[in-house]
Amino acid sequence: MIARASVGVRAIASARALVDVYLTEIRIAIVEQFQYRVGNYLYMIGMVAEPVIYLVVWTTIANQQGGQVDGITAGDFAAYYIVWTLVRNMNIIFTPYGWEERIRQGELSGMLLRPIHPITWDLGYFAGWKFVVIVLWLPIAFVLGLLFHPVIDPTPLDIAVFGLAIWGAYLIRSVFYWTVGMITFWTTRVGPIFELFITAELLLSGRLVPLTLMPDWAQRLADVLPFKYSFYFPIEALVGNLSDQDLYAGLAMQLFWIVLGSVVVRIVWRFAVRKYGAVGN
Amino acid sequence: MTAAESTIHVDALSKTFRVPVREAGLRAAAKSLVHREHKDVRAVEAVSFEIQAGEVVGFLGPNGAGKTTTLKMLAGLLYPTSGVVRVLGHVPSRRESVFLRQITMVMGNRNQLQWDLPALDSYELIRAIYRLPAEQFRETRDAFIELLDLGDQIRKPVRNLSLGERMKAEFVGALLHRPGVLYLDEPTIGLDVTMQKRIRSFVAEYNQQYGATVLLTSHYMADVEALCKRVIVIHHGRILFDGGLADLAARFDSTKTIGVTLRDGVADLSPYGDVIGTEDGKSTLRVPRADAPRITSRLLADLDVADLTIEDPPIEDVIELVFADASRAVDEARTAESAASPR
Repeated sequence: MIARASVGVRAIASARALVDVYLTEIRIAIVEQFQYRVGNYLYMIGMVAEPVIYLVVWTTIANQQGGQVDGITAGDFAAYYIVWTLVRNMNIIFTPYGWEERIRQGELSGMLLRPIHPITWDLGYFAGWKFVVIVLWLPIAFVLGLLFHPVIDPTPLDIAVFGLAIWGAYLIRSVFYWTVGMITFWTTRVGPIFELFITAELLLSGRLVPLTLMPDWAQRLADVLPFKYSFYFPIEALVGNLSDQDLYAGLAMQLFWIVLGSVVVRIVWRFAVRKYGAVGN
Repeated sequence: MTAAESTIHVDALSKTFRVPVREAGLRAAAKSLVHREHKDVRAVEAVSFEIQAGEVVGFLGPNGAGKTTTLKMLAGLLYPTSGVVRVLGHVPSRRESVFLRQITMVMGNRNQLQWDLPALDSYELIRAIYRLPAEQFRETRDAFIELLDLGDQIRKPVRNLSLGERMKAEFVGALLHRPGVLYLDEPTIGLDVTMQKRIRSFVAEYNQQYGATVLLTSHYMADVEALCKRVIVIHHGRILFDGGLADLAARFDSTKTIGVTLRDGVADLSPYGDVIGTEDGKSTLRVPRADAPRITSRLLADLDVADLTIEDPPIEDVIELVFADASRAVDEARTAESAASPR
């Protein structure tokens, strides 16, 4: 009984310590990113260019087809792509390209010396960055709203699920991109593999077009892959007409992919770290 | 000396890297598309040593000797190809949290603090990662900052610090959790003499205060002479010498240096030994170690000597001699190997 209680106390202490690490990382990221607010703004504006192009194209098509495409109106497209800009920024994570640099510069050696998994740093730091992003995103969303007139009428449940789903999306993307990045331990140039992965994500996540506009086979394929839960689902949770059941099911699927991705990271990491050369770093 | 008693126990430790090789040019590049060739580079070969708690040991060797690779295996950054390593009773490659909390590694040419933020922010992160009690953290941090005379520099972004200031800030960060084992890889590289001294005295003080075990690599012999009673010399991945710093000269350099200042100016001292320099009226002779007492007596008897000193040759010269000997031995072994191989 006493042993069980002490295990419980240790577990609580560990959890509190981990929360402390994350909060400190988040604070560091916020301080650091606010220093670079101009750079961040320019980065966001560059990032917003992508959905604005999609939005202009689809709005034009909708207008040419009597105001809608497959039941999606110009206002729906505007809502979809404006929310897209927030989800995309929430989805900024440590990319596989960074691994090459991290290994070459010896930065990973420093991380490996610490008694904490290196993914903790990436998760905490990029999560902190989000708070800066949200603040900077608000005026951009306001301007886009004035220009494109989005139609959006979420319920309180939609908003609550969206609030959870954007963090779920962030975690899904983090764990899967971490896994892809770890290929760098086996091959020096991970770029081409990353390009393949990002192309698959572009097509099957709802990033390029809403998934309902994709062929049936692509939608079925998207259902069994994690990508749509990092873009399409959070956007649809806020702007779509998902039933309560669909909303809960979506969150459950996000949880499934986060757990699966975390297990994959854990397994691959064990082998990857054995391959770490660290020559001269 | 058993493994249980030693803080660091290394037995027949080896590390081999498999690296791709190809000739220069387009043809070789095309060939490598279908057939990649590799070769095994033995960075560390069957290295064994023991280090006791509280020892400060210099790990010496030329570039590429295997020093850093060995340190990285001891820190758990690299998996050994073969052999046994135990540090504080742990196998480093398992990278257990309880082990990592007790060690640190400072790499002179690497920055582990947040580049764009003041060091104070990085220290907070270190506090959280190592779960340091707030009071202990503040006490250690402030003591180290004072000891290293960092002052307000810790409030400037790390990128705005000079190399020396940055290194001092790195040291504070690396030791905040009061590790029992320190791996210092060229910690004073690129620093000016004053800053080198400051870092040395800090390491010495830390070692004294916390009884920490220190393994130091440095190309600056002043670091080694100031901190280490014992040195391990490694070359081509093998240990050439493991013993007292003073014994290194006796083993590898069979000479002594005699400094002579005469009352009536400079005289020709070549009959007594090799004159290797004359400066400000003082001549320096190199003589066989065994003959040093006899030659000293002769000098005192024959000449009007104002001052005389007998010293071991500078440690830099001894080390150079060790490496030159080792390189010669390797060359001879290779020549013998190629002569023996079928043609």
